Amino acid sequence: MLTMFLLLLASAQVSMTVPAGEEPVEPYVIQDSNAGATPYKTDRWFKAFHGQPGIDRIVESFMDRNIADPVIGEIFKNQDDVRIRRTLKEQICYLLGGGCAYTGRDMKGAHQNMGVQTADFNALVENLQWAMREEGIAFAAQNKLLAKLAPMKRDVVER
Amino acid sequence: MAKTARLTLFAPLLAIIFPSLPAFAQGDYRSGGKLLLTGGVTSVEGASGGGLATWSTIAGDETERGIGASASATWIETRDFGMTAFGGKIGLFDRVELSYARQRFDTNAAGAALGLGAGFAFGQDVFGAKLRLFGDAVYDQDRFLPQVSIAVQHKHANRGAVIGAIGGRDDSGTDYVLSATKIILDKSLVLGGAARLTKANQFGLLGFGGDRQGAATVQFEGSAGVLVSHKLLVGAEYRSKPDNLSFAQEDDAYDLFAAYALHRHLTVTAAYVDLGDIATVKAQRGFFLSMQAGF
Ligand code: HEM
Repeated sequence: MLTMFLLLLASAQVSMTVPAGEEPVEPYVIQDSNAGATPYKTDRWFKAFHGQPGIDRIVESFMDRNIADPVIGEIFKNQDDVRIRRTLKEQICYLLGGGCAYTGRDMKGAHQNMGVQTADFNALVENLQWAMREEGIAFAAQNKLLAKLAPMKRDVVER
Repeated sequence: MAKTARLTLFAPLLAIIFPSLPAFAQGDYRSGGKLLLTGGVTSVEGASGGGLATWSTIAGDETERGIGASASATWIETRDFGMTAFGGKIGLFDRVELSYARQRFDTNAAGAALGLGAGFAFGQDVFGAKLRLFGDAVYDQDRFLPQVSIAVQHKHANRGAVIGAIGGRDDSGTDYVLSATKIILDKSLVLGGAARLTKANQFGLLGFGGDRQGAATVQFEGSAGVLVSHKLLVGAEYRSKPDNLSFAQEDDAYDLFAAYALHRHLTVTAAYVDLGDIATVKAQRGFFLSMQAGF
């Protein structure tokens, strides 16, 4: 049993190195399934998001808006903004079939003890919709991403 | 003693209906916060829904931590008739909805031909209560399960004498509605279906039960819409109706609608409606306009 566990530990990639500009986090197993949903099998929606440059622009304006938001801005204070932006860009690329690896934590772990409520979740969704509109993403493509994110409410929102 | 016994029964029931009530009791009350349009618009009976069909949505802008409400005004103009409905609804913790609507059905000039007198109007009060049972139309995008609600609508029509004269059995009745609604985000679709156990003739304005059919029958309501933008839903609805009165065949109703959120607190719904033949007057098609203001 113990050897099984050690084998598992050795085979799994455990995050150790801290990317530049980020703060260290508790070690966790890096795996794509942490992204919280399975990706689309085509890169059609990744392309509809104007590829990685488009996703990067969306995440930047989205996070700026979250931080400035009167309702949820407070939750983002004193958090590792550099890390959230990097992992979000990976996550969206991954979910839209862009072929990225997701190296962040799972949604439950990342939002633990944050006290996020449904109204906060919805405020964040509306900020994302705004950022996608700013980037000129077709509405049907926007909903392709939102369909992947919506069930994550169960892991992000604490009752 | 009896009081505490009743309380101990009551508390778990409350906990089932409002799982977030403990948070509420701790002062975690929070108003607003629902996603745009997900509280629905207003059906003719004053409940949240589409124009003709019932949706399983709960009215208001609240989440499970708050209370919301909306007021609505609806006008329908068909070739010969006019109808208005004014109402209000309260959403409690995105779980329970209480609604009231006052409908007025104006026979205009056709009233004279029907022997009622020109401008004769039928009226009705509708008191509704809806409980969201399970499922989540918005967030459960990884499940087939729709959001399911049950509702009761108690209706009281004001023209008992005329209703009796045309073969109606009662001037009041209660409808029971089981509804299911699902947003299929990755197709930008909103689908809904409902089964209504009802005796109502023309929504109840012409009474309940009749000389042809006295018992309640199960009727169906369906709606399908496409989300065109985050503010605009365009779709179609169908509603079957009982055919209880022998003096006039009652037809099913259809509409093509567009619901537009002008603002977080203000939604307008415009529709083309086909109510079919009403009280022997043929082919009642026309326009439907509804405004809803809520928080
Ligand atoms: C579907 C919705 C959401 C997605 C996809 C998402 C995604 C992410 C990702 C990828 C991370 C970084 C994970 C990591 O550090 O390894 C993160 C962290 C974070 N998220 Fe979210 N998030 C969502 C909803 C929310 C909401 C509603 C809030 C608050 C209103 C929020 C606040 C935060 C904060 C403050 C962090 C930083 C946590 C930390 O560094 O410890 N997130 N989120």
